[in-house]
Amino acid sequence: MELHSAGENALILYLGNETSPTVAAMVQSACTAIESALGQDLVDLVPSYASVLVVYDPLQTDHLSVGHRLRSALSDLSAAPDCEGHTVTLPVYYHTDVGADLEALAERASLSVNDVIALHSSVEYRVYAIGFAPGFAYLGQVDERIAAPRLATPRQKVPRGSVAIADRQTAVYPAVSPGGWNIIGRCPTRMFDPKATPVMPVTVGDKVRFEPISRERYLALGGETGGELA
Amino acid sequence: MSLEVIQPGVLSLLQDRGRFGSHRIGLTNGGPLDPEAFNYCHRLLANDPAGTAVEMSFGGAHFRAQVDTFICVTGADMPLTINGTQKPLWEVHPVAAGDEIQLDFADRGCRSYLGVAGGFSIEPTFGSTATVVRENIGGLSGDKLKAGDRLPCTETRDRKRLYLPHERRPHYQGMVTVRVIPGYQQNSFSRIEQRRFFSHAYSVSDRCDRMGYRLEGPAIRCDLEGILSEGICFGAIQVPADGQPIVLLNDRQTIGGYPKLGSALSLDAAKLTQLRPGDTVHFAPISPHAAHNALHLAHDVISRQPLELHP
Repeated sequence: MELHSAGENALILYLGNETSPTVAAMVQSACTAIESALGQDLVDLVPSYASVLVVYDPLQTDHLSVGHRLRSALSDLSAAPDCEGHTVTLPVYYHTDVGADLEALAERASLSVNDVIALHSSVEYRVYAIGFAPGFAYLGQVDERIAAPRLATPRQKVPRGSVAIADRQTAVYPAVSPGGWNIIGRCPTRMFDPKATPVMPVTVGDKVRFEPISRERYLALGGETGGELA
Repeated sequence: MSLEVIQPGVLSLLQDRGRFGSHRIGLTNGGPLDPEAFNYCHRLLANDPAGTAVEMSFGGAHFRAQVDTFICVTGADMPLTINGTQKPLWEVHPVAAGDEIQLDFADRGCRSYLGVAGGFSIEPTFGSTATVVRENIGGLSGDKLKAGDRLPCTETRDRKRLYLPHERRPHYQGMVTVRVIPGYQQNSFSRIEQRRFFSHAYSVSDRCDRMGYRLEGPAIRCDLEGILSEGICFGAIQVPADGQPIVLLNDRQTIGGYPKLGSALSLDAAKLTQLRPGDTVHFAPISPHAAHNALHLAHDVISRQPLELHP
């Protein structure tokens, strides 16, 4: 465990240097411990793959006090039990209609499109981080056989709900946005809805399974096709 | 009752102090790029410092009052006229329904704040009215102001004609020294690379916006190519593969995977956002202790600096 200065109002806690369920479980327990140690002095918290950014108000407290409280709270930190966190199933319509890179990815991996779908939907993923855009959840780890690098030229416009792969990460685009990930399908579930409670169906530490669905089912669940991929 | 937008100018956004506590769902902070000018605007108007004002970039904005109230403009020197008569910035002015409020383009600096007595009445989203266009959140509809928008505010008849005397106003120049709290992957930049960063002048590139200011100058090399994506705090100075530093600001992404050598002091990041492409930036290291002292001092000055009253 290492605690570094990040800025005038933030410290960053490093709990490892690789993506693994063990490190992610430590990140989970660290977040709980930090919340109770800092209480009202905690302004914001950004858990990620192997780190937690801790933001405080430098007019109310200071880095020495925050650092001291963090060190004592985290001295006997243990990984959160794996049973913590919900398992969320997200339906996905895997098809070239809505998955512009599905065929290219299969070809690259020397697999059939059906194999790619089976491999993508057979793994239980963990939500490692949320960022990039509101509701964008980084899920890992994708089976090595279908891991694929980001596109050389990112797309200007990726439709909302696009399910995509970058390296060993996968995600569902919560809104129309630019993006360079390989798109293999589309999910009708809203990943970010400011008017819903909760705003997101997942949180860091949750597990996610993808369930392949037919075009009919996708449309019945409110899914849309089309959307320009400039 | 409202202020009507006739022309929004280059970029006008409703902002409050910013959105805090929502990084975990991926929401960034937003908020005023220059909190000093923003805070003075509310203080002159005797408003709640958490209220909402309009941040105008570069100028060219035109509003029409639809209510009797008071306004104040602070920040970059955008010439202000009310019904065609020149009025000073950093000063509270009465306006009546039908009055035309116009802001020309600033010669120096590029961010100004238009406040109204009582602040604009905007429904907060995730605890804040701050507009972040990239997230489509805040303001009236998650977007920048457009001609025809009406900014709700209340009728006010009792405000003192306060002003900030000329010698106490900030001055915006073409050069800023940004103090940097070393941190993050600082140790993965060799001593030579750190010395290069702290001893050369950089210039503001034309890729500068509310997300971040990309600078141009001697390239800084890092021993690391990339890192596992991690939380990015305000002011973080990110160094991508081309070695050209980027100071990440209010609308930054909350996580990212480029190495960072520390973070800008917010007081200096505010001055940086008043610079234009081609202007000069120097960096100087500052300890976290000294940074906190500077923040307390600046807070006291902004909240206690005496204001003057027109007779």
